[in-house]
Amino acid sequence: MWRFLIPMAVFAALVWFFNQGLGLDPRKIPSPLIGKPAQEFSLPVLGEPDRKVAMSDYRGQVVLVNVWGSWCVACRAEHQVLLRIAASGAVPIIGLDWKDQDEDAQAWLRSLGNPYTVTLVDEGRVAINFGVYGAPESFLIDKQGIIIHKHTGPITWEAWQQEILPMVVKAKEAT
Amino acid sequence: MMKRFIALLLLLAYLPTSGWAIDQQLAFDDPAWQNRYEELNAGLRCLVCQNQTIADSNASLAVDLRGQVKEMMIAGKTDEEILDYMVARYGNFVRFQPPVNNETIFLWAAPAVMVLGGLLVALTIVRRRSNLPVGDEDETPAGGDA
Repeated sequence: MWRFLIPMAVFAALVWFFNQGLGLDPRKIPSPLIGKPAQEFSLPVLGEPDRKVAMSDYRGQVVLVNVWGSWCVACRAEHQVLLRIAASGAVPIIGLDWKDQDEDAQAWLRSLGNPYTVTLVDEGRVAINFGVYGAPESFLIDKQGIIIHKHTGPITWEAWQQEILPMVVKAKEAT
Repeated sequence: MMKRFIALLLLLAYLPTSGWAIDQQLAFDDPAWQNRYEELNAGLRCLVCQNQTIADSNASLAVDLRGQVKEMMIAGKTDEEILDYMVARYGNFVRFQPPVNNETIFLWAAPAVMVLGGLLVALTIVRRRSNLPVGDEDETPAGGDA
């Protein structure tokens, strides 16, 4: 009797494991940066190469840093959600235009609307410091400049309302 | 005939690329440094194309990370420091040989556990067979299972 039951049980356990594995997204890699201070940076503003904005300029504010690029298809899907978030006034969104051509990025913002409080141009260095491996990625940064949340992939309206907005509200209340 | 022709075309399309290194030029003139550079790259995962190292991939992130490795080497950082830098940003997942810790112990122990388990099963079967009466070639289990 056991001779059949044990292999069956092992097999069932394997099936369960593999089935669990199917439901996992290999792109959802936990970021080691959660709870750590965001790296300081100073980057030129899109369209105004002489003006620079630093991370420390936003100390004391809760901000959402959104990594995007006009070459990024998923960013297009996310864009409408970002516009809605910007319109709600819940949190300023800092755009990090990643590995992009300035003209393309500007054309994109002109035609699709601009949800960003400011858009900064990054050739890749700052993205590495944020541990970015694909666009879009978004980082929620609290008043002390600590990264409190990372969202990989396009933010959906559901993700915004259920995950991110509650954290924004909480971070704003904290001193 | 047609099939052969297509096969030949495919082969030709592949040939010129197969011998190339991933970078257009060597990163370092000194072969020892180039070696070290390549070894470091071969240990770092390209996070866009997850089963490739940054030494194999031309994804733009991999190019950036190779640049970062090169820069840090020139700045005199040790291998350890460079790997720590990557892990601090991308997590242990960036390493092709993740360190043994609570999260990865299952990963590291699984092969040994499986080999031992297999040995145990094999041993049990051999033992049981050797207990059968000599000359009893058909394998009727002696008195059912335990």
